[in-house]
Amino acid sequence: MTRYFTEDHEWIDVDGNAATVGITDYAQGQLGDIVFVEVPGEGTEVTKGGDAAVVESVKAASDVYSPVTGTVTEGNPALEDDPALVNTAPESDGWFFKLTIADAAELDGLMDEAAYKAFCDTL
Amino acid sequence: MSEADEPVEIQPLPLDAWHRERGARMVPFAGYEMPIQYAGPEGGIMAEHLWTRAHAGLFDVSHMGQLMVEGAGAAEALEAVMPGDISALRPGRIRYSLLLAEDGGVLDDLMVTNVTEGEGATPRYYVVVNGATKWDDIAFLREHLPDEITLTHLDDRGLLALQGPDAAAVLDGIVPGAADELSFMQGTSREWRGAPLGIGRGGYTGEDGFELSFPADRLAEVADALLADDRVRPVGLGARDSLRMEAGLPLYGHDIDDTVDPVAGGVAFAISKRRRAEGGFHGADRILGALAEGPASRLVGFSVEGRLPVREGAAIFSGEAQVGRVTSGGFAPSVGAPIAMGHVDTQYSAPGTPLEAEVRGKRVPLTVSEMPFIPHRYHRKGAAK
Repeated sequence: MTRYFTEDHEWIDVDGNAATVGITDYAQGQLGDIVFVEVPGEGTEVTKGGDAAVVESVKAASDVYSPVTGTVTEGNPALEDDPALVNTAPESDGWFFKLTIADAAELDGLMDEAAYKAFCDTL
Repeated sequence: MSEADEPVEIQPLPLDAWHRERGARMVPFAGYEMPIQYAGPEGGIMAEHLWTRAHAGLFDVSHMGQLMVEGAGAAEALEAVMPGDISALRPGRIRYSLLLAEDGGVLDDLMVTNVTEGEGATPRYYVVVNGATKWDDIAFLREHLPDEITLTHLDDRGLLALQGPDAAAVLDGIVPGAADELSFMQGTSREWRGAPLGIGRGGYTGEDGFELSFPADRLAEVADALLADDRVRPVGLGARDSLRMEAGLPLYGHDIDDTVDPVAGGVAFAISKRRRAEGGFHGADRILGALAEGPASRLVGFSVEGRLPVREGAAIFSGEAQVGRVTSGGFAPSVGAPIAMGHVDTQYSAPGTPLEAEVRGKRVPLTVSEMPFIPHRYHRKGAAK
């Protein structure tokens, strides 16, 4: 399994053509206390860079984009009862959705962990 | 009117470095870089909010405008542009009032304290106005106050708010006796470390608390003295907004503005009985008419079903008909659910009325609710301490 990152602070774990998407620890820190997460339902078609989910902090709503094009297989049901999982476990239990990747070539433009860390250091 | 449309030079607050040392995330607001929340395990909007309700939060509100209006006839001069009974306000008393445009629209909401120093002294009124409107307010007052009334912008002073159930005990530690002297909506002053410290009991969170005015260049001394008490933590603009929403208090520029009169804006309580009888303030005909006939729309609170926050701008529906709009909304940490405030057509304004808000194309059920959402805990005269 390989993990990639976007400049919009999403992460994606890839295992063949199956993937899991969430937001990074940096992103949850910027958002603050998360009180609601809206995840896509099974069968939703998402596109690379397009709206896929919404995360609401106490203060504001923010869009979460899909790192790649594909079809959603599952939204994380745990976030409905416990949105704060995104704060406490952003890069594990607080994942947003799983999808089937349509075009693996789209992964080429994403960052690996070292590149993402360097990117965050510039912000 | 949008603040974002005007090029505003962003200024630092007197406590800018103090906030940054404490890990504040600073954001532009009302022309200042202001702390929205602080870092660390004690920080964040949720923790800061709940700390204020349980102990005491320290807020820097130095962006607000502190004005002094003084001279013979100052009360009558203020009554031309404010609908409060300023003449009846005794020294040491604070009133919530409004600055009214000539057409009766609300230009700002504000606090007036009579700070006249004694029998026969020149009448003096200390006025605190919103930060985002202060320059317009000053220009408006200069235009409308008679020449013999002096208006001074006390821009060399900073302002702190200490709010929460422990606020009185904390204040007593640095200014002994001041809390005992004051009930809700009363003010006094003290000499503190050689400089004048203005103290008013009141605030914007629904909790008991105090506002403290002190020379801006020495404001950090007051902040440090308060923060030395373990019951006090710094609280940012984010929690200030969620606290005031739970307290059911309107936010100028959102829940009320110059497009509404005080009746539609839900702040008609600021119009004193004598002024209702006599009129003689800006927009009196329109406002007294609205009082007599009842407003076409009202500012109400909403309890929101589920967990999805309903925010400012969301349209409110009854069936297919749009009957209002949300003017403030978000998650309420002490309620543990989303809440909102907004304007609705009067026929839909009764508590218990079921309505819906539209959020990202979805309908969210909500109910018109009594306000405040969290009971006020002001220290009223005669009430148990």
